[in-house]
Amino acid sequence: MNGPKTSPEVGGIGHRVKRKEDARFIRGQGKYTDDVVLPGMLHMDIVRSPYAYAKIKSINTDAAMAIPGVHAVITGDVLKQYNLHWMPTLMSDTQMVLPTDTVMYQSQEVAAVIADDRYIAADAVEAVEVEYEPMQAVVDPFKAMEPDAPVLRPDKEGKTDNLIWHWETGEREATEKVFQNADVVVKENIYLPRIHVASIETCGCVASFDPAEGKLTVWMTTQAPHAIRTVVALVAGHVGLSEEKIRIIAPDIGGGFGGKVPVYPGYVIAIAASVVIGKPVKWVEDRSENLQADSFARDYHMGVELAANNSGKMEALRIKTIADYGYTDAAANPSKYPAGMFSICTGSYDIKTAFTEMDAYYTNKPPGGVAYRCSFRVTEAVHAIERIVDVLAQKLGRDPAELRMQNFIQPDEFPYQSALGWEYDSGDYPRALKLAMEKIGYDDLRREQVEKRARGELMGIGISSFTEIVGAGPSKDFDILGIKMFDSCEVRIHPTGKAIARFGTKSQGQGHETTYAQILAEELGIPAAHIQVEEGDTDTAPYGLGTYASRSTPTAGAAAAKAAYKVRDKARKIAAHLLEVSEEDLEWEVGKFYVKGSPEQSKTIQDIAFAAYTNHPEGMEAGLEATHYYDPPNMTFPFGSYICVVDIDRKTGVINVRRFVAIDDCGNIINPMILEGQIHGGLTQGLAPAMYEELIYDEQGNILNGNFMDYLLPTAVETPKWETDQTVTPCPHHPLGAKGVAESPTVGAPPAIANAVVDALSHLGVVNMDIPITPFKVWQVLKEKGAAA
Amino acid sequence: MIPPSFEYLTPSKISDAIAMLQKHGEEAKILAGGHSLIPAMRLRLSEPGYLIDISGIQGLDYILEESGQLRIGAMTREASLEESQIVREKYPLLLDTAKMIADPSVRNVATVGGNLAHGDPANDHPATMLALGANVVVEGPNGSREIGIDDFFPDFFTTALEPEEILTEIRIPSPPSGSGGAYLKIERKVGDYAAAAVACQLNIDSGGSIQKIGIGLTNVGSTPIRASSAEQLLQGKNPDENMIAEAGRLSAADSEPMEDLRGSAEYKRALVNELTQRAIKLSLQRAEGSR
Amino acid sequence: MSKHTVTIDINGTTVTKEVDSRMLLVHFLREELQMTGTHIGCDTSSCGACTVLMDGRSVKSCTVYTVQANGRSVKTIEGMESGGALHPLQESFHEEHGLQCGFCTPGMIMRATEFLEKNPNPSEEEIRWGISGNLCRCTGYVNIVKAIQNAAEKMQKEVA
Repeated sequence: MNGPKTSPEVGGIGHRVKRKEDARFIRGQGKYTDDVVLPGMLHMDIVRSPYAYAKIKSINTDAAMAIPGVHAVITGDVLKQYNLHWMPTLMSDTQMVLPTDTVMYQSQEVAAVIADDRYIAADAVEAVEVEYEPMQAVVDPFKAMEPDAPVLRPDKEGKTDNLIWHWETGEREATEKVFQNADVVVKENIYLPRIHVASIETCGCVASFDPAEGKLTVWMTTQAPHAIRTVVALVAGHVGLSEEKIRIIAPDIGGGFGGKVPVYPGYVIAIAASVVIGKPVKWVEDRSENLQADSFARDYHMGVELAANNSGKMEALRIKTIADYGYTDAAANPSKYPAGMFSICTGSYDIKTAFTEMDAYYTNKPPGGVAYRCSFRVTEAVHAIERIVDVLAQKLGRDPAELRMQNFIQPDEFPYQSALGWEYDSGDYPRALKLAMEKIGYDDLRREQVEKRARGELMGIGISSFTEIVGAGPSKDFDILGIKMFDSCEVRIHPTGKAIARFGTKSQGQGHETTYAQILAEELGIPAAHIQVEEGDTDTAPYGLGTYASRSTPTAGAAAAKAAYKVRDKARKIAAHLLEVSEEDLEWEVGKFYVKGSPEQSKTIQDIAFAAYTNHPEGMEAGLEATHYYDPPNMTFPFGSYICVVDIDRKTGVINVRRFVAIDDCGNIINPMILEGQIHGGLTQGLAPAMYEELIYDEQGNILNGNFMDYLLPTAVETPKWETDQTVTPCPHHPLGAKGVAESPTVGAPPAIANAVVDALSHLGVVNMDIPITPFKVWQVLKEKGAAA
Repeated sequence: MIPPSFEYLTPSKISDAIAMLQKHGEEAKILAGGHSLIPAMRLRLSEPGYLIDISGIQGLDYILEESGQLRIGAMTREASLEESQIVREKYPLLLDTAKMIADPSVRNVATVGGNLAHGDPANDHPATMLALGANVVVEGPNGSREIGIDDFFPDFFTTALEPEEILTEIRIPSPPSGSGGAYLKIERKVGDYAAAAVACQLNIDSGGSIQKIGIGLTNVGSTPIRASSAEQLLQGKNPDENMIAEAGRLSAADSEPMEDLRGSAEYKRALVNELTQRAIKLSLQRAEGSR
Repeated sequence: MSKHTVTIDINGTTVTKEVDSRMLLVHFLREELQMTGTHIGCDTSSCGACTVLMDGRSVKSCTVYTVQANGRSVKTIEGMESGGALHPLQESFHEEHGLQCGFCTPGMIMRATEFLEKNPNPSEEEIRWGISGNLCRCTGYVNIVKAIQNAAEKMQKEVA
């Protein structure tokens, strides 16, 4: 890529501009939800179910109410009076706010206490007496599908089984035919376990209803404040909360990763409590509540089959998935995509025929199905294809890098129509893999591996050459509750040539205050330092669908560019007026219009901005501002190739990630520093599920590791020193040539690690290992293969 | 996660603290570093009516070597072990252990005495003290007494402390020249309790024969375990590879692990086996180096 | 419930207040003193978001009762600037992009403060072990390690 177009002072695209938002964070002056304090504010704490599945026989709140400082105990029966005990999910299922008769998972909300402070509230939670009649929980989706399994959702009329939905795409018969005639078929059952985003800030809100104004303001940990406002209006419109009287403020957010997209019962209860009591109510989860009750990710049981000919050409892919959604489908996918973007599963390969189907089941586990830093189930899809490609390589006795090279979609084949219906925008897969192989010294590593094997030492090399699909999305296909998935930018230039810009997205650490300013700086020539970026307040920002699924740069970033173009259109008119030439005679160059052929005659954007308020042409409206709602023509398809090297201690099973090289391609890069930071973080959230994280339940549905002592987030010690680099293949349809990126590494890293471990053990006959791959699992495999100590 | 209410007591003398224990009986708990107790209170697994904070009692925080013993005051912070010159020079096993306990900020508060008095077989110091052949000094209404470490952990989460006694000091025999020790721990991540860990302390003569050896095992039984069969095997021997391997097997046989999220009992035995061998080898190496 | 009057030096200012014995130090700082730079990320002293310095040593303020801090000094992120100038660690976290969402940052900086005092010239490995009680979900630690290295260099120069 060429160097930046703008000067460092302007700080447009391509500059390593230091982050504007840091100023408050490094001083401890960030303002997160739990930092919000309002006069007279009360605190809410929640009584939760010890059982995964039980009838509620009675709830006695007398002892709790008797504690001084307790204002109310809210139960399902209380909410039922307002018809607020159930709410719709984003996937058109239904979810309890508080139960009236049955609890469906352990740690489900049962009642809420409102008290003067969090200490009193916690005591009152202990004092609420609930009598349960436990029932046998259904924890496993394979048990849920059995004919004699209890029907978990009898509240849904006519429901006689636990199937939520069946989804399929591709050509079933054609795929079957290819498989029947194929030279080689490989099949593996691959499980991606239930995990949790576990942002370091938990979820919470401060709901403040002003009875005099009839206005509700809610500060909350949400990645999608505008959508939340609409949802609140839809859920609580019947009790008088009308959308113009609802203001959602997403203040600073301590990490989101998809976990702060859903509407949790706690938010709704806090809002109801504030409306009923007429005082502000704060609710902030503690960590165990967060892990035990908030949306999970993954939990896909995938049967993956790949057909190829003897020379290794991949011919067909087939995946059948059983998905565990917990007791309700509260995923956060675009409406028409119950399985998200899973159909990206043909990956980076030219596979002409494919079919995939999925059955989603109810179980007695918490609801969810959020992304954990990926664009709607892409991680699952990428894991399936990247693992099965290695299985094929092993079966054919081929080098996994070489087999990938043979089957990659080639650079001249873009735009590429995938067998499952996507139009890949751009890519150069061989270049990324070659670069990764060079950087890590692939051939030397393979030689080293041969020598080590001869000595009985275990070392493995794993590759993942993934393709992501991000930036939802084109409005013809993508909506949430019917709201199209555009996003927005509104930019206003002040008389002194400085600007404020507001967006429909919401940063949770991505650095939007800096990168959006850079985009506008690039297109307007106003220094990024003088562009104030604001997000998250629905009273001031234009409507947008929020930040998740790597959609901010593809949608709102593009909206910024488009809004800047609109500003420039008007600026051109003003410049023509000031220079007394016609608009056609003007040429734009970063920060100014000049007269063609006489560049000394020019007006800077600052001159023009001043004129827009002081000397604008007759008949023109004053001011210089624009708003754009950007509807992307396609998704963006970032990609990359990762190579991981592991050494395994065969006596203890301990895995050491010796090196990890990540080559990413996300098109044009807005801020290389921020990009690298996003890759580092994403890789670490790829390492985590690959080796450490899993939500574990026993047969009664009790969670066995619902805290940070046993749900294992990697520390700096476990995390390897990531080696990163990029190739640049611009996006053809994005105004800046950019694609989303922050999730690529989370998606791409797990199969690289899994492939490396399996590669280390492949000569013993190991073909697949499910993540998280722990030392204990490795030791078990070694023992089973007779290779343990 | 909010702890329940309690009365907070701040004795300035050991005798006052003992009197408070006498007065409040089972309702009272000693608060040292609090890094086991406070999380338990936040989870409401422990709801003491009285907390007796002994941090205000002078003279419980020291590390000193005199008359053939290393004396560690019960309120000595784990971090102080890491920073102590004596420990760094002469007690590699203690240093290894201190570095593997929880994380640096926890070690700034957590105390050596607390790590033992909690009676948790998953804690790291019990096995170390077994290997070192430490004695524990406790004070009670009838004065002080010294308890051999082998008698200190009679049962699961139980110590030999009487309800009215307070642990005040740990005494470790100073290692003669030719001594070495090591603590090896497999944990799922930093800050975790051990899947298994092995502490070894030994002394060799000029010919390389083991004069004295102690091996302690962490988190592989309902109490900290002394691997006595392995110790007996190696006593007086100049072990070769095979004998060390046999010691590993004996050590594994002496362990009584339970399956949990860290792995199966069999896995943990395999870890004990391997870690025992490695700890012995590293201790021998260090013993050679200490001459 | 016992109430106690505590006197604590907080960032150089003596604060005297009556607190419940069970008031955790992190809540005292955040709710009694409205110093919200110290954050809460877990209940088990695992995450380190609440790290402050007590008598110069890093501690997890979610696992300390306020009464235990009586008579001691406590330093928080709000006390890191001196005379309007950022601490070298604050500068370096900004310069090296050692933060994203900013939630773990105050705890990370406080931990690094004590770490560099004890070990002014650390290796990368020592830094990684040194911050192993502080979880970050955003950065993958790479740039946090760089920021601490960078701050160490700056502080060495200041001393020289």
